[in-house]
Amino acid sequence: MRDFYGVTLDTPLMLGTAQYPSPAVLEAAFRGSGASVATVSLRRESGQAQGFWEIIKSLGVHVLPNTAGCHSAREAVTTAQMARDLFDTNWIKLEVIGHADTLQPDPFGLLEATETLAADGFEVFPYTTEDQVLAGRLLDAGAQVLMPWGAPIGSGLGLNNRYGLRTLRAAFPDVPMVIDAGLGLPSQAADALEMGFDAVLLNTAVAQAGDPVAMARAFALAVQAGQLARAADPMDPRDMAQPSTPVIGKAWL
Amino acid sequence: MVDVTIIGAGVAGLCAAYELSKAGLTPRVIDRNGAPGPHGCSWWAGGMLAPFCEGAVAETAIVTHGQAAAAFWAEVTEVTYRGSLVIALQRDQGELTRFARRTSGHQQIHDLTALEPELNQHKSALFFDSESHLDPRRALADLVAALAARGIAVERAEATPADIAGPVIDARGMAAALPELRAVRGEMVVLRSSDITLARPVRLLHPRHPLYIVPRESGLFMLGATQLESADRRGISARAVLELLSAAYALDPRFGEAELVETGADLRPAFPDNVPRVTVQGRVVHLNGLFRHGYLMAPALAKQATDYLTKGIKGDLLHET
Repeated sequence: MRDFYGVTLDTPLMLGTAQYPSPAVLEAAFRGSGASVATVSLRRESGQAQGFWEIIKSLGVHVLPNTAGCHSAREAVTTAQMARDLFDTNWIKLEVIGHADTLQPDPFGLLEATETLAADGFEVFPYTTEDQVLAGRLLDAGAQVLMPWGAPIGSGLGLNNRYGLRTLRAAFPDVPMVIDAGLGLPSQAADALEMGFDAVLLNTAVAQAGDPVAMARAFALAVQAGQLARAADPMDPRDMAQPSTPVIGKAWL
Repeated sequence: MVDVTIIGAGVAGLCAAYELSKAGLTPRVIDRNGAPGPHGCSWWAGGMLAPFCEGAVAETAIVTHGQAAAAFWAEVTEVTYRGSLVIALQRDQGELTRFARRTSGHQQIHDLTALEPELNQHKSALFFDSESHLDPRRALADLVAALAARGIAVERAEATPADIAGPVIDARGMAAALPELRAVRGEMVVLRSSDITLARPVRLLHPRHPLYIVPRESGLFMLGATQLESADRRGISARAVLELLSAAYALDPRFGEAELVETGADLRPAFPDNVPRVTVQGRVVHLNGLFRHGYLMAPALAKQATDYLTKGIKGDLLHET
């Protein structure tokens, strides 16, 4: 399994920490799923959420702070610096939002912030599209991990552009990649792992499910299945039927 | 002769005083700020008594105990029994279907003309007919008056449980600094409009900016409430005002013409499961963690504290440390 800035994860599942019915449910979802990474947003809490952060820290998983809600490189860089102090980590999931409705990344702001943060010693996880050119630029700027979207944040649409994601995966075979955002169902997460992505990150699909704990567990099983399937070298689809038992030699009258 | 000293004259402390008094005990009520006012988070509440709606995300205890709240309040203040309404914008109808799936006690409405004629541009809604609402500030004042009639005054004094001999109920909210207690910031605005009439609270389901509007007397409408994992005590943020007002405008554009009368922000004390607790620590009984369910759950909390102090009964909200 590809590592993330030298860290090998126990499971290829990362969970967000927003929108759960309560911190108790959040904690149960993490425990039940064995998720390896918790992302946490700093934007709206402005340094006064100690009670909540203590709960996140007590989960005993890697904490990946994010810059959710930042609309400019400058804002994202400031938030990242705050996150480094608060969580004592160089990891930062970099979100620079370009459009308020679709929440799609601003590729230009993202590149600028990646350059600044990587130069400052951050280990950047850029939330990006499946665009291969942008991916190359982000890697040139110092990112060693990519987080392409499956679909717009919170949409639950799954892998919106499978062709683009497959191309991206093939273009940078050695770069650890996490499908981030847009997943709604465990089958989509399994799909991502089968396609060769290293992990998935999701929040809404679990937090807003009727039973978040059960859904977290379902995603955990799905990514495990996807990971196993990928490693097992799946068969290629073909147009012709191929009988699993030979027909020639059978008695036919 | 004082039987129990209650510290904190917010919704929890006052309900406990009333319940204890009804059980024949003589409570003394102390608050460092005196009578209820803007210094306490009870002041900023919406006043919806909507256990079934809350059940969409809250634990079962909220739905079960919350159903008894209206009867408690009706003894001391005016409770409006007109149900509550849940609406989603046309593009978010999926939210309404999901809310319906996760709650009970509602009926599907496809024409609002009879219930809320001014909102009948919205074509489908859920009507929770057994729910009710009250005006929190009036309820607090009426409760203080009801206590006064029983000879119980709210004394203005600084006190912690350690300062006081005998049984103590600590209902100080965040100031009690209990283990696991955290702050969840809430922000609200109050609008005045003489154009708009609503008979009952309306919730707008929105994937980003959920909103509820509670009608009050004199054309006032309380809009709430944000929910942030934060202990930031500053005033309402510009973003919260934008979100609340935009959502209200989407519900009914006439809110755009309303007068912005008041904004508020405060911290709700909450435990990890967001369910309030009666926490027994020796002679101190804590009533805390009412989260966004102050008026809905304070009666149940008061009842369980009283049952414990008078009969030793341990209810489902009671925790011992």
